[in-house]
Amino acid sequence: MNQIHVPVMAELAAAGKSPDILYWVGCAGAFDERYKKVSRSFAKLLNHAGVNYAVLGKEESCTGDAAKRAGNEMLFQMQALNNIEILNGYGIKKIVCTCPHCFNTLKNEYPELGGNYEVLHYTTYLEELIDQGKLKLDKSLLNDKRITYHDPCYLGRANSIYDAPRNVLGKLGGNFSELKRHKSKALCCGAGGAQMFKEAEKGNKEVYAERTDEIIESKAEIVATACPFCMVMLTDGIKFRDQQQKIKNLDLAELLAENLGI
Amino acid sequence: MIKQVLFIVLLALTLLVFSYTVSRLWKLFRLTKKTAPVKDWGKRLNLTLAVAFGQTKILRKPLIGFLHALVFWGFMVITVGSIEMVIDGVFGLERAFAGSGWFYKAITASGDVFAYIIAFGIVAFLVRRQFMHIKRFRGIELKPKNKRDANLALAMILFLMISLMGINLAYLNQNPEPVLGLYPISGLIANYWQINLTQAHVVFEVSWWSHIVLIFIFANYLPYSKHFHVFMSVPNVFFSNLDPLGKLPNMESVTKEVQLMLGGNAFQDTGDQAPARFGVKDVEDVSWKNYMDALTCTQCGRCTEVCPANLTGKKLSPRKIFVDLRNRMNEKGLQLIKNPDYNDQKALVSDEYISYEELWACTTCNACAQECPLNISHPNLIMDMRRYLVMEEGRAPSGINAMFANIENNGAPWQFSPEDRLEWTKGD
Repeated sequence: MNQIHVPVMAELAAAGKSPDILYWVGCAGAFDERYKKVSRSFAKLLNHAGVNYAVLGKEESCTGDAAKRAGNEMLFQMQALNNIEILNGYGIKKIVCTCPHCFNTLKNEYPELGGNYEVLHYTTYLEELIDQGKLKLDKSLLNDKRITYHDPCYLGRANSIYDAPRNVLGKLGGNFSELKRHKSKALCCGAGGAQMFKEAEKGNKEVYAERTDEIIESKAEIVATACPFCMVMLTDGIKFRDQQQKIKNLDLAELLAENLGI
Repeated sequence: MIKQVLFIVLLALTLLVFSYTVSRLWKLFRLTKKTAPVKDWGKRLNLTLAVAFGQTKILRKPLIGFLHALVFWGFMVITVGSIEMVIDGVFGLERAFAGSGWFYKAITASGDVFAYIIAFGIVAFLVRRQFMHIKRFRGIELKPKNKRDANLALAMILFLMISLMGINLAYLNQNPEPVLGLYPISGLIANYWQINLTQAHVVFEVSWWSHIVLIFIFANYLPYSKHFHVFMSVPNVFFSNLDPLGKLPNMESVTKEVQLMLGGNAFQDTGDQAPARFGVKDVEDVSWKNYMDALTCTQCGRCTEVCPANLTGKKLSPRKIFVDLRNRMNEKGLQLIKNPDYNDQKALVSDEYISYEELWACTTCNACAQECPLNISHPNLIMDMRRYLVMEEGRAPSGINAMFANIENNGAPWQFSPEDRLEWTKGD
């Protein structure tokens, strides 16, 4: 148990300091047992790269993505307006999100409600940090481990970010290959549009099982993801197909942190 | 002279029926909701050039997409020839455009080549539909009626091309001096297929008249067919969503209410009426663009084919949303035109059309919108229907209601206290 130093916005503001970026942790980042590791990895990467950042901590609240997509525009806008008040109150200019759903909502849906920020997904931001030489990765560590990448819908099709995560993975070495359905043709994990919070409708297969079968077919040993919902679904799928011994589902941030030994 | 009169009568009849159809559609569009004013004309033009004229999205399936692109491009050049035929017919001329030199050669030559290419393409499409078991040509929303419609549209195009070939072959067999225009493929065939002058004259007249009459029938059939995309595709792409696919439009009517609740502008009366209904329940709640999407849908099934819900056996089929919308508009909209208070106790969002089960199966992954060759926006309409279910009827799966309650109570979709939002920093 080692506490990671994570600067909190309220404390920074009290000390008269302002961060360059706000790391939007997201609800899964704060509460999901598995995904909390990803938040830790990303914070370690930010610390390692010497980034002047902060999190909102207790002042952060759900962006409202799931509520909006489940048809509750009222609840979504209440969340949005409250969050915007806090973000604007601190004069936030630039936000980095790990969750593609938070990213999409903050970037595309907050401006009309008065929240105008430069919003980046962490895969884009990590690529920048690597290019600036702030994260020096060792290409030899993964050897020729077979690795693949699952495109999150809210990063890929929703916001056309396909290259950044692949470029970051490219810096890690390993033996990368694409899944059969990838980039704009990628198959959903099954959790978007608030599906995460409900039982699936009657059908003949779970969406996550369909996607997992494709991952198994690719013979990958590591399937990299960049979304907390995808991580939950694929981890379930791998368990469901009893492949835990053969396939690891890791987030990009975890792979980078591991590579740097932090 | 008699021919000229006959032609003008036929043309007038065609235009009469067509204007009836247009006014009918106009009245149906007037039942739909307005949207924000259309902006970014330059961007829209570029998008239209790429997606409609460049066929970029249909080419996502390279082989069959290319065949379709050839048919589309062929239609564009052949249309110039059809316009010439109309001018000839009305004014009793022969080859009115022939004086345009190289332009006429280019138009006739490409029209001739494309007639054969399109005929080949259409035969391939018909064979695919009849004999190859292509999954996306099936589905609960495709009734025998839809299949007949598809085959009839293809058959008409095939006969249009055959009659065009007949015109060119018969023309060359009349040994005109000089030959007006260029006919590369018909020229080759005419070397082998030779008929006497009388026969050539008869074949020419029969082909010419059947071609033009078929065009008139086709034009009036299209608006009632799934093949309406021949007219609708270009405007539909032009007016399509320019935002990132992930952006779900804001509901301004809700913003006002929320600001009132949060006390921001509590006593500011903007004078606007509260909306009659949140979200989409029936045809009068959809936007004009939703209805345009429905009229444009060619039922190709590229959306349903990639839908994760549909792929895993759920009832949702994105194509069905628009097939149902168009059917329901015909059922209710036409009655609403006659009687604004018409109510048949049915609704678009109901078990008879688009059910609760279908609407809740969508993952909003946008694969359907990504694949649609004509930029139809399925997820946004599905979300609008969920908005109706949730904000008007309070009908949502129990897990969803729990998620709402959690967000309201503790600002997260799960039951965790905001006080614990930094627990993750505490170590592995």
